[in-house]
Amino acid sequence: MVPAQGQIGQWRPWLRLLFVLLAAFISSHAQERPYFVTYSHEMEEPGNLEIEMFSAIGKPPTGNRFLASSTEFEYGATAWWTTEFYLDGQATWHDSTIFTGYRWENRFRPLLREHRINPVIYVEFENISADKALREVVGHDGRDDFLDTNAVARTDKAREIELKLIMGSNFRGWNLSENFIAEKNLKNQPWEFGYAVAASRPLKLAASSHKCAFCREKFMAGVEMYGGLGDWNSFGTRLTSHYLGPAVNWSAPNGMTLSFSPQFGLNDYSIPRLYRFGIQYEIEQVVHRFRRGE
Amino acid sequence: MRRKRAFLLLWIVLTLAALAFGVADGSWLRHVPAKDHERKNPYEGQADAVAAGRLVYEDHCAKCHGKNAEGTTKRPSLRSARVLQEATEGDLHWLLMNGNMGRGMPSWSKLGDPQIWQVISYVRSLSR
Repeated sequence: MVPAQGQIGQWRPWLRLLFVLLAAFISSHAQERPYFVTYSHEMEEPGNLEIEMFSAIGKPPTGNRFLASSTEFEYGATAWWTTEFYLDGQATWHDSTIFTGYRWENRFRPLLREHRINPVIYVEFENISADKALREVVGHDGRDDFLDTNAVARTDKAREIELKLIMGSNFRGWNLSENFIAEKNLKNQPWEFGYAVAASRPLKLAASSHKCAFCREKFMAGVEMYGGLGDWNSFGTRLTSHYLGPAVNWSAPNGMTLSFSPQFGLNDYSIPRLYRFGIQYEIEQVVHRFRRGE
Repeated sequence: MRRKRAFLLLWIVLTLAALAFGVADGSWLRHVPAKDHERKNPYEGQADAVAAGRLVYEDHCAKCHGKNAEGTTKRPSLRSARVLQEATEGDLHWLLMNGNMGRGMPSWSKLGDPQIWQVISYVRSLSR
């Protein structure tokens, strides 16, 4: 069932508190990539906290429409280490709205200078069930995973370790990112694999000499593709889902970044269409602000 | 035997980490390759680039280096002799592209060459 008015009302005081807190901070102007699944090698700036909300809307052909969301708190611990905590949830039409779990990820940049290809090591622990956010596709993930009712799906709790090798390059304004994903359910299940690749570029590279909200350099456009690569026993691109779609974002003057991507399933295992949107808000030097009592 | 091996592995990891930070620490100027040292700012002398660079600076750099590049308690001033006189614009470009990650300075390669040169134009204008 779609969240009722009463349920939204319960959250209203918390949403107000969140906006008041956000307004209390001076934000920075993040220059984020418009990717939803692919990670680039660019780390969070040290001391900054980025709050991100990413959502995906989709409908498997024989199932119910769903809206899945992740709220992420990304903190730049150092220039070479970014840590991030996620809270995930989803609402399925004609079913229910549930909290699906949490994830904790860490990204480490082993090479401290910029190279043609910059590797980043990603380590994540996740404790989720009935997840529909599709933050990655691994193994033989497909649209059938979206057909169980939430009551059934949430009984299958997945405690997983996920490793990614992220490789990124910045060249003449273009960013090219490639991720190789390996995920292991801590229950006795085989390693599952996946991939994500993306490329993007700002619409204009040089900054304007005057303040503007809709200058071309405030927009970034690109394309993203991701999918599964089977598991330890059957590695390959068959019997799993793949998605491809354009992505665009806009860095608003108040420090917020808005992102959107329509994505298209590339085979019969995929959900035909996904609509992803995101809001990111960066708070600069958050720990120093608390120390100074700002 | 297993414990010895674990200590050896830990020692190797720590040594590599120390080397990595040793390179990143100290004077970054000594590590700039000659070809980067010689690079010229394509926006040199352009008032528009200084104005654009100031906006980029305010968005991305001011929180750490101060609104007027005077530095903060933890991050250095950009009005120092090293930044305004000793380093060439090519050196500053190399620093912004690569960062000095062991010292908390991230890479700003995501800004792209034009915006990096614009920021350099602005920072250099502070000496005038």
